Amino acid sequence: MFTWFHKLASPPYFYLLAERLVPWFAWASLLIILAGLYGGLWLAPPDYQQGDGFRIIYIHVPSAWMSMFAYAVMAVAAAIGLIWRMKLAHAVSAAAAPLGASFAFLALVTGSLWGKPMWGTYWVWDARLTSELILLFLYVGYIALNQAFEDQRTGDRASAILTLVGSVNLPIIHYSVQWWNTLHQGPTVFVGTGSDIAPGMLVPLLVMIAGFMLYFAAFVMKRIQVEVLRRERNTNWVQELIDKP
Amino acid sequence: MKLAALVRRDLLLAYRRRGDVATPVIFFVMVTALFPLALSPEPALLRTLAPGVIWVAALLAGLIGQGSLFKSDYEDGTLEQLLLSPVSLELVALLRVLTHWLVTGLPLVILSPLMAMLLFYPASAMGMLIASLLLGTPVLSLLGAVGAALTVGLRRSGLLLPILILPLTVPVLIFGARATALASQGEPVAAPLYLLAAMLVLALTLAPFAIAAGLRVSLES
Amino acid sequence: MTASATVPLSLSVQQLEIWRGDRCLCRDLTFQLAAGAAIHVQGPNGCGKTTLIRVLTGLGRADDGEVRWCGYLREEDKADYRAAIAYVGHGNGVKLGLTPRENIEVAIALLAQSTPVAVDPVLVRVGLERQADLPCGMLSMGQRRRTALARLLLGYVPLWFLDEPLTSLDTAGVSLITGMLKQHLAGGGLAVFASHQPLDLRPFPVQSLILGAAA
Repeated sequence: MFTWFHKLASPPYFYLLAERLVPWFAWASLLIILAGLYGGLWLAPPDYQQGDGFRIIYIHVPSAWMSMFAYAVMAVAAAIGLIWRMKLAHAVSAAAAPLGASFAFLALVTGSLWGKPMWGTYWVWDARLTSELILLFLYVGYIALNQAFEDQRTGDRASAILTLVGSVNLPIIHYSVQWWNTLHQGPTVFVGTGSDIAPGMLVPLLVMIAGFMLYFAAFVMKRIQVEVLRRERNTNWVQELIDKP
Repeated sequence: MKLAALVRRDLLLAYRRRGDVATPVIFFVMVTALFPLALSPEPALLRTLAPGVIWVAALLAGLIGQGSLFKSDYEDGTLEQLLLSPVSLELVALLRVLTHWLVTGLPLVILSPLMAMLLFYPASAMGMLIASLLLGTPVLSLLGAVGAALTVGLRRSGLLLPILILPLTVPVLIFGARATALASQGEPVAAPLYLLAAMLVLALTLAPFAIAAGLRVSLES
Repeated sequence: MTASATVPLSLSVQQLEIWRGDRCLCRDLTFQLAAGAAIHVQGPNGCGKTTLIRVLTGLGRADDGEVRWCGYLREEDKADYRAAIAYVGHGNGVKLGLTPRENIEVAIALLAQSTPVAVDPVLVRVGLERQADLPCGMLSMGQRRRTALARLLLGYVPLWFLDEPLTSLDTAGVSLITGMLKQHLAGGGLAVFASHQPLDLRPFPVQSLILGAAA
């Protein structure tokens, strides 16, 4: 197990592995997302309160979910990179950050589009939207710090520390925002996602989440490849890779 | 005692550069005074907004003051000597933040009732205002110090620090401003104060490690 | 582990590789330094002398290779290695708001040993007895440099790292440095220094390490 882990952490090995895996994940995610969209937009019954407007959850919920998942991936990678000084781990963080930020942005946009028919306004200081906004700020901070250093490895390690501080803080932010929201009696129109949702609506949602996960896996691997090439551009194996026709 | 010598050094340096130390406090006073000009002199409105205004001003003043926390030690090579010395960098960092809070944060807390009065914040709630700021501003100092440690090696770190750290200060802002607002309405404030205290304990425990790690990384290239 | 009399003092560097950004500052750098000897790091501006010295002190990050002190990897006992080295870098580590006396007192407080050190003889040695109680901000660059060099005289530290020690020193300052280094080597100490000017340390052995060829 450990030797496999060690082998995986070697940039050339990972690069070639990702080269083979990315197409599989990418095609699988496309098929599953199409299936989920069909299920969500055609098969699922309209909501008795919200009509067809609720269908945006098939984008909104998976995006919000992935925006948090990407931060978790970054936090684990940051810890591995700092403790075992593994170069690949920092490449994983750097690859996941823009994807996570995009998911957070998508969740905010779809959330506010959904808000228009529900609340009559594009923005309400709802607890989940506010948390999502702060999460987007955290991503922006990571990206800004990671790119601020002339030496990539220093930037990687500095932003890994920031990620760990952020991951300790994130649950506190989440609960404080919830507390703040309940005190101010904010509108809570969001349907619960979970057991109280009709199976006809839930199944496409789960399919969409699976599709988004595969999409994330495919693109994070592709981006890791880019980050690895950028970080290892002076090594022999990258030179050989370039020279190879 | 090694650490006592360092604290003494920091206090001595702060005393000799009193002007720099006063800047965040002056900033706090000015920002607070700008709100009535931007909004309206209407007492009822200002009283409602006072907790938020005071907390946002304290937050910004605290973060701006943190930017230079390690800058001069970084530039003149003192930080390198501290890193190579046998004292624990975590402890040095913690003491540095606390000394800095003592000379910049504490005056701000002491001045806050005056600014609160200008915003028609009720006198009966001043005690709670001070208590919440006493618990909250050290957390802001510690978080700001993490940002200062991570950006100390960068030439253009001025605006980067707030971008990194402001999202992390949200809980302190929420609970601090909430406690202040509840106190002005004569309602119990124990819950937000306890939560602020819990965050202070957490920050005192964990932030020194992040600050020290940040300083080591900043010095390594 | 402590470097007792039975273990001869030595610094050994093996296959050191240092990158900064896209530049390889050194690769496969291997050398040995024994007690009573010095290494003079040379090379054009920007070739990585400062970076190499900072890596050797443990401040800077190396990308590969190992540094051994008395045969032990320095990572095995970081505190012991730190106690064994003294470093005077580009930054003087001198607070301009404090006087030379106060700066030296802080440096004494930070020493690994806890034996008391008298400040006045040190001030006399570096030639700052008349400026001892003026803020360093009012002193010349050379006098600030002398305040930094005073750190080397506070107690016996076997391994010195000096980065351009001659910067802004006058001729008397240069002979102060030469004298300090010779005394240090005569006492069985080791030194690594970077300098553009030659430093006459005869009869002690000085190896030259020329950077800038590796890239």
